[in-house]
Amino acid sequence: MFEDFFNVVKLRFNGGNEEAAPTYKCPRCQGVYPLARYEELYKVCPECNYHGRLSAQERIKIIADKGSFREFDAKMESCDPINFPNYTEKQEELRETTGLKDAIVTGEATIRGIPAVIGIMDSRYMMASMGSVVGEKIARAFEYATEKGLPVIMFTASGGARMQEGIVSLMQMAKTSGAVQYHSSAGGLYITVLTDPTTGGVTASFASLGDIIIAEPKILIGFAGRRVIESTMRQKLPDDFQLAEFMQDKGFVDMIVERKRLRATLANLLSLHGFGKKEV
Amino acid sequence: MDNQKTAWESLALVHIKGRPTVRDYIPLIFTDFYELHGDRYYGDDHAIIGGIARLDGRPVTIIAQVKGRDLQENKDCNFAMPLPEGYRKALRLAKQAEKFHRPVICFIDTPGAHAGKEAEERGQGEAIARNIAEFMTLKTPIISIILGEAGSGGALALGVCDELAMLENAQYCVVSPQGFASILWKDASRAEEACNIMQVTAADMVRFGVAETIIEEPIGGAHNDLDKISENIKEYLAGKIEEKCAKDIDVLLKERYTKFRKIGEFTE
Repeated sequence: MFEDFFNVVKLRFNGGNEEAAPTYKCPRCQGVYPLARYEELYKVCPECNYHGRLSAQERIKIIADKGSFREFDAKMESCDPINFPNYTEKQEELRETTGLKDAIVTGEATIRGIPAVIGIMDSRYMMASMGSVVGEKIARAFEYATEKGLPVIMFTASGGARMQEGIVSLMQMAKTSGAVQYHSSAGGLYITVLTDPTTGGVTASFASLGDIIIAEPKILIGFAGRRVIESTMRQKLPDDFQLAEFMQDKGFVDMIVERKRLRATLANLLSLHGFGKKEV
Repeated sequence: MDNQKTAWESLALVHIKGRPTVRDYIPLIFTDFYELHGDRYYGDDHAIIGGIARLDGRPVTIIAQVKGRDLQENKDCNFAMPLPEGYRKALRLAKQAEKFHRPVICFIDTPGAHAGKEAEERGQGEAIARNIAEFMTLKTPIISIILGEAGSGGALALGVCDELAMLENAQYCVVSPQGFASILWKDASRAEEACNIMQVTAADMVRFGVAETIIEEPIGGAHNDLDKISENIKEYLAGKIEEKCAKDIDVLLKERYTKFRKIGEFTE
């Protein structure tokens, strides 16, 4: 399943000498490495193991069975509820450059043959902030899963609520959390995979409500931003503050899973909850 | 009602010294208030108080964010910015209300949840998320009233309800006007401009389907006539609690979910 990924990397960098090759600077350890090496490792820092950001398509490629992903609500686009200056233009531009319609892709796929509803937030689109489209797609995904008795896996990443949509964005926290709650009441399994960075209103809603909460190594998880805390509270913060390992130590993450083990781990967890058994 | 004010001018009235806080309202609206303390896990947050009381003789649970009336009180209640244990106390009392079939009345009055090291370490995000989710299916009526400002997730954690009312000058925002201006325009000094375009007033909230009722304030603001504003709040609550308690609980929960479910503006 990683073959395509490898081929892309090989094609792009074949023949280029090491010095001239594009580089990657790790935001955690500040180390500088050839970009090709970083991509070979599925965007994991070779030095400190920071798990970098993936696009929704890259995530689907490494998690879902090849060709199994069927997208939901692919055409949904946000309106401009508070007529915020340039919001519509900014979105048009992002749709052009990212090929996304908004900050989340939801759908149905199989993982090692086990069907699941999945949602993947893509930080390239307005820092994957949650507005009307993100909220509606998540609510529909959970409602579909509730109706079909399917598990849900959400790959979260977000700067928080989408302020450009005003109060409407805040209400998406209630909409998504409510949908999770009804899925849970019906006995549904919900696994959250926290990816870099999961913050603000997303942390304070569906991202924190998984039956099992997985985080990728060294990623950022928090409600309030580090800079806000440092500047308004004048508090000195430890270097590992709000990293996945720190949050696990504080009791808010069940397990930290390396990207290369993620697909197998998810398949196993689904199986442990009775999904994917052959019908007799 | 005075509809001529800008959002920024309303915000000034909310911040005016002498604006009544929930501690002023409780003795004028309820009888037999017994405050109940603590979240049973960590401590007793002073930015959220809660307890049992009577409204026209009917037992109710009160959960409220508390602003201070002077610097001393504000230090004690952390300027109404709750810590995770405040939200967990709120949830404990809400569950208790559900068990004993008491309606829940939430008073919202916060600039936002506390942003700090301890809050993060104790799971501010999880605490807010849990309240939002659990309030959605709490099997007893919930009425929330915004007294002054309602900032972001820290307000929403007491804001999942069957009906939201707002005092006339109260505001509800996804982020403070200062935060909005500094994040989106990199210029916190444009707070007034931000406030006026963010659409945060009680009338805006009714238009968005976020709030259902606006409670009229005395001319010049709530501080000008505490008895009158208390009477207005009490009258609203008495009628609304009666109405919601008469409903079948499954219908009520369905309507509660639908209220939030339909907020959002998109095309497809």
